[in-house]
Amino acid sequence: MKLFKFIAVLLLMSLWQPVSAQEKLEDDVKDGSVDVADMLFGHIGDSYGWHITDWNGKHVTIPLPCIVRSSTGWHCFMSSELEHGHRYEGLFIAQEGRYQDKIVEYGENGEIIRPFDISITKNVASLMFTAVLLVFLVLYTARWYRRNDASEKAPKGFAGLMEMMVMMVNDDLVKPSIGPDYRKYTPYLLTVFFFIFLSNLLGIVPFFPGGANVTGNIAVTLVLALCTFVAINLFANRHYWKEILWPDVPVFLKFPIPLMQIIEIFGMITKPFSLMVRLFANILAGHAMILGLVSVIFVTAKLGPVINGSMTVVTMLFGVFMDCLELLVAFIQAYVFTMLSSVFIGMSRQEEH
Amino acid sequence: MNLMLPDSGLIFWMTIIFAIVFFILAKFGFPMITGMVEKRAKRIDDAISAARKAEEAIAHLDQEKERIISETRAEQAQMKKEAAQERDRMIAEAQDQARAEAQKIIEDARQKIAEERDAALREVRREVAILSLSIAEKIVRENLSSDEKQKALADKMADEASDLYGVSKS
Repeated sequence: MKLFKFIAVLLLMSLWQPVSAQEKLEDDVKDGSVDVADMLFGHIGDSYGWHITDWNGKHVTIPLPCIVRSSTGWHCFMSSELEHGHRYEGLFIAQEGRYQDKIVEYGENGEIIRPFDISITKNVASLMFTAVLLVFLVLYTARWYRRNDASEKAPKGFAGLMEMMVMMVNDDLVKPSIGPDYRKYTPYLLTVFFFIFLSNLLGIVPFFPGGANVTGNIAVTLVLALCTFVAINLFANRHYWKEILWPDVPVFLKFPIPLMQIIEIFGMITKPFSLMVRLFANILAGHAMILGLVSVIFVTAKLGPVINGSMTVVTMLFGVFMDCLELLVAFIQAYVFTMLSSVFIGMSRQEEH
Repeated sequence: MNLMLPDSGLIFWMTIIFAIVFFILAKFGFPMITGMVEKRAKRIDDAISAARKAEEAIAHLDQEKERIISETRAEQAQMKKEAAQERDRMIAEAQDQARAEAQKIIEDARQKIAEERDAALREVRREVAILSLSIAEKIVRENLSSDEKQKALADKMADEASDLYGVSKS
């Protein structure tokens, strides 16, 4: 209770001098010393290079390959070519507008158009890293089973941890949700679980190989949700399709105007859509919260040592709390995505009752 | 806001990467782990059922043991009983035999006693007869020492003989 009072007083204190602080903050933003929104979106969004840190006023960025097919054909170059507004073979990074921070070129009439862009961006690099790490971890575990007779003894150490998690997903999520022929789906659902979980965990790590906002990117969750959509509908049984195309309702609801069918098909799409948005929004929000909390330290830097010092303490406390929460969320979101996927798959395989 | 717009390049890479990861893990990773764990679970189940069977067998053996013991007890009791009967029978037989023997001995003894007594009686009679003859001789000799006495005696004897005759006649 005392701690809460302390925090509340500190927060009130920071609100108490809005006028001067606001002016100062605006000055800072103009100076370019602290631009919270830019920093925040820069970190949770995608970028062509992997910005690690600033050192002596210089960006330390790992250049990543850009692969672009523009009107002049394929281009392949390192992202360092485009830094600081440089142009490379007619390509440049848009500073504003619809395609802000993306590689664009000028069209014939001088308008900005976006070429076909499959660059290895920060998120793609992080995805690759995650994928390699995941494959390594799982194959490392599988190697234990190849070398040892698993029916004689249980694995210890990392393989034991992996076994525990694999069997938790297998026995607690997949088996009860899908039913007797769950085996067909276990590899997919396990891959999804570990992929999301590892990506989430790496997202919390604040320095180089981690820190990218992979599962908080809608493209990534879109692909995952599409995979689940395919898994739901590809192996669905007759009963499932009958429920969608000719449900058990009075005829006037489904015959001249296919009202029920529209609702059912809409429901078919909302299931993976909810999966996509849930994961995306949770991870994005977590990253945004932590980054916002950290930036409080820099925002209050110009408000005097007392405020800045106390806010730093508060921010650190909140930051630790948020990081712990994010650890929990990393697991919960992977768990929920897998669980709902298996529940939806199980529903598509339900027999008539 | 471009956060809500999925980027086509990222979708492209994500699809490829996820497909590769899925392929590798589904082929070499997870089925290995789940299969082995299931094998182990099966083995543990088997071991448990085997243990249960063994337990049942032990319980069965216990029952068998109990049964055998009780059977043996019953047999023992039976044997004891039979032995006791046999003993009683033998004792009774022996007693009977002894009794018969004793009876016979007693009988013999009695017979012998009777014979002895008869012999003794005969001896005594003979003795008595001899004695009475000698007595009679002495008496006769005394009585016949004079004539009167001889005559008196002859009379008397004649009387007696007539009496005797008369008595026997009547």
